Amino acid sequence: MEKTRPLWATPLQFVFACISYAVGLGNVWRFPYLCQMYGGGSFLVPYVVMLVVEGMPLLYLELAVGQRMRQGSIGAWRTVSPYLSGVGVASVLVSFFLCTYYNVINAWAFWYLFHSFQDPLPWSVCPLNGNRTGYVEECEKASSTQYFWYRKTLNISPSIQESGAVQWEPALCLVLAWLVVYLCILRGTASTGKVVYFTALLPYCVLIIYLVRGLTLHGATNGLAYMFTPKMEQLANPKAWINAATQIFFSLGLGFGSLIAFASYNEPSNNCQKHAIIVSIINSSTSIFASIVTFSIYGFKATFNYESCLNKVILLLTNSFDLEDGFLTANNLEQVKDYLASAYPSKYSEVFPQIRNCSLESELETVSCRQNLDLLHPHASQGPLTLPMRKGNLRGLVCLTNCAIGMVFTMEAGSYWFDIFNDYAATLSLLLIVLVETVAMCYLYGLSRFESELKAMTGRALNWYWKAMWGGVSPLLIISLFIFYLSDYIITGTLRYQAWDAAQGQLVTKDYPPHALAVIGLLVASSTMCIPLGALGTLITRCLRRGDTAPVA
Amino acid sequence: MLWLLFFLVTAIRADLCQPDAENAFKVRLSIRTALGDKAYAWDRNEEYLFKAMVAFSMRKVPNRETTEISHVLLCNVTQRVSFWFVVTDPSRNHTLPAVEVQSAIRMNRNRINNAFFLNDQTLEFLRIPPTFAPPTDPSVPIWIIIFGVIFCIVLVATMLLILSGIRQHRRVKILHCPFQASAVNNQCHFGKNKGPSEMEDTEDKCENVITIENGIPCDPLDMKGGHINDAFVTEDERLTPL
Repeated sequence: MEKTRPLWATPLQFVFACISYAVGLGNVWRFPYLCQMYGGGSFLVPYVVMLVVEGMPLLYLELAVGQRMRQGSIGAWRTVSPYLSGVGVASVLVSFFLCTYYNVINAWAFWYLFHSFQDPLPWSVCPLNGNRTGYVEECEKASSTQYFWYRKTLNISPSIQESGAVQWEPALCLVLAWLVVYLCILRGTASTGKVVYFTALLPYCVLIIYLVRGLTLHGATNGLAYMFTPKMEQLANPKAWINAATQIFFSLGLGFGSLIAFASYNEPSNNCQKHAIIVSIINSSTSIFASIVTFSIYGFKATFNYESCLNKVILLLTNSFDLEDGFLTANNLEQVKDYLASAYPSKYSEVFPQIRNCSLESELETVSCRQNLDLLHPHASQGPLTLPMRKGNLRGLVCLTNCAIGMVFTMEAGSYWFDIFNDYAATLSLLLIVLVETVAMCYLYGLSRFESELKAMTGRALNWYWKAMWGGVSPLLIISLFIFYLSDYIITGTLRYQAWDAAQGQLVTKDYPPHALAVIGLLVASSTMCIPLGALGTLITRCLRRGDTAPVA
Repeated sequence: MLWLLFFLVTAIRADLCQPDAENAFKVRLSIRTALGDKAYAWDRNEEYLFKAMVAFSMRKVPNRETTEISHVLLCNVTQRVSFWFVVTDPSRNHTLPAVEVQSAIRMNRNRINNAFFLNDQTLEFLRIPPTFAPPTDPSVPIWIIIFGVIFCIVLVATMLLILSGIRQHRRVKILHCPFQASAVNNQCHFGKNKGPSEMEDTEDKCENVITIENGIPCDPLDMKGGHINDAFVTEDERLTPL
């Protein structure tokens, strides 16, 4: 008799778990940024193509593996082949890294939430300086929202070498975030099954509220027009296709082992093909929906910046030439500038260097480019579930460990370390893991064997489309993505990062110091090396065992 | 002769008020920006009011209580509206030091602004920085209060869950004799947990074997799918040799 496994109470809980896992910050930030950068409306073409060719097959594969093996990531791959135990361990390790740094975002969210209960909002006004004659200089140079983020929230240091001390305020929020995570996963699927109703539906409620608010903002249509105007020539740009593939890949959260774990709690007869299609379609639709929201807000911000810029120019000209107040408007600005240049050339040439050329287009670009956070999506709360735990104490231990390590990200240089983890902890490793998974299932385990088992389990035959994708197209796609990433890293040479310069009130680019590069190397190597090391370990133990039994035989 | 003296005096007074003169300050008003349609026109009467406000501010300074409106001189009024002003002493030969004028204006800035329906940004005294109202800092930052509330709620909820899990675990250890086992339902569905309540009703309590029959109480903290009914399977048989 087998040891039984807990199940989801209803298939809906499983779907909700997958949705709440897949839908995350990347849908809200990364997709809109990519969309407008690679051709707006025309980016949807490579996006949908990659969804159908890469997203759905790989998602279905992971769910099918989990449902068939009925074990978490480590156990499932050990069952497929003992040499693949490293794959499961690599998945778990990447999940662990992700958990550690991702919950810091929740901590920041809590921080902003707690500060929202004041009027005026602390990030809408600049604080006064020492003798109360003006505003703090850093706030004047940057903006009040940037000042609140870089100075009040992060208290960021000028470079990664200057670590500073642990900031107790974000540290408290981090502790709270981990406590909430622990609360959610405390009872395993019993509690998580209820929690996913909330975590799956809440983002949509929030998005709808933002949609209504965003569309009613002044200048929202500018952002929407900017984003959705198709630039057909981008279709020929290979980077557009590569980024579409990357976005789909990371957006679904493949390779972490969480999907395998979720599916393992399913009934064996569950129709995971239908669920895979549903989840991937919902995930992509959410991206597109969120991009409407995001870009209406970007449009508002860009229009606001543009109008401020214009007002500054108008004020400058009015004060320099003592024109009548209210005479200069946005409409007659150009004619008056020409007139002044001709009538008072000497004075105009003095003032000219300070006049900025305001353009709505450039404001839109600045606003959307600044949000180029390379965020991966799986929720931190789902991570601990993938670890092979039997006792709630072990879950508590994992949460405690992650919380302790997460304190690094609350230091003054913590945001720079966060960026390191964000950019390097998971990208290459996940690609490798999923590639090994796909190749293993198709060629090591056997596609026909897997197909017959799936048919016996679910009662439905496997469509030729899935077989074609798993066997050929998806692995080739992943290999090309892998090659692209590697060549990108190699070509760019030294890795650089954005540091906040308090004196100038803006971000500057700096090189990583050697110890940071070492950490990056360690992050990538530790998870990718698990796979060959696992195979090697199994080989060695087998040889040893054969060596032991040989004299007997 | 008198005309000559008059011109001389006017000339001297005119010299006292000049752009960039010593102790002179430039004032800049943005009435239309501040008031929009309700903007008033800047005329001689408004200038008179301005002079009056400056004189009023100076009268509050010790030793300057005798400042009159005629001691305040305006010049170079542009259509911006901007102009320069100086404050002279009673003899009308010298201008008052800039530091005194500056401190006087700063003390009464609010009154001056209100007289013209303007604020610090629309009525600018160049070289006289405004003083902002001190920020209202509550003794305990508001965010800590809200953090404390939510932290306590989460802590209490966690404790409750842990304690109820421990209590359930203790109840599960109540045992049944094997012969009472009927069809063993091997699957354990969360949410359909009816084990513990049934357990407590029974009278028999066997000592050694931990068995449960239908309605397997799934111990959530344990994550075990169910308990093996050892009446049917012994320990050795469970693991088939490779």
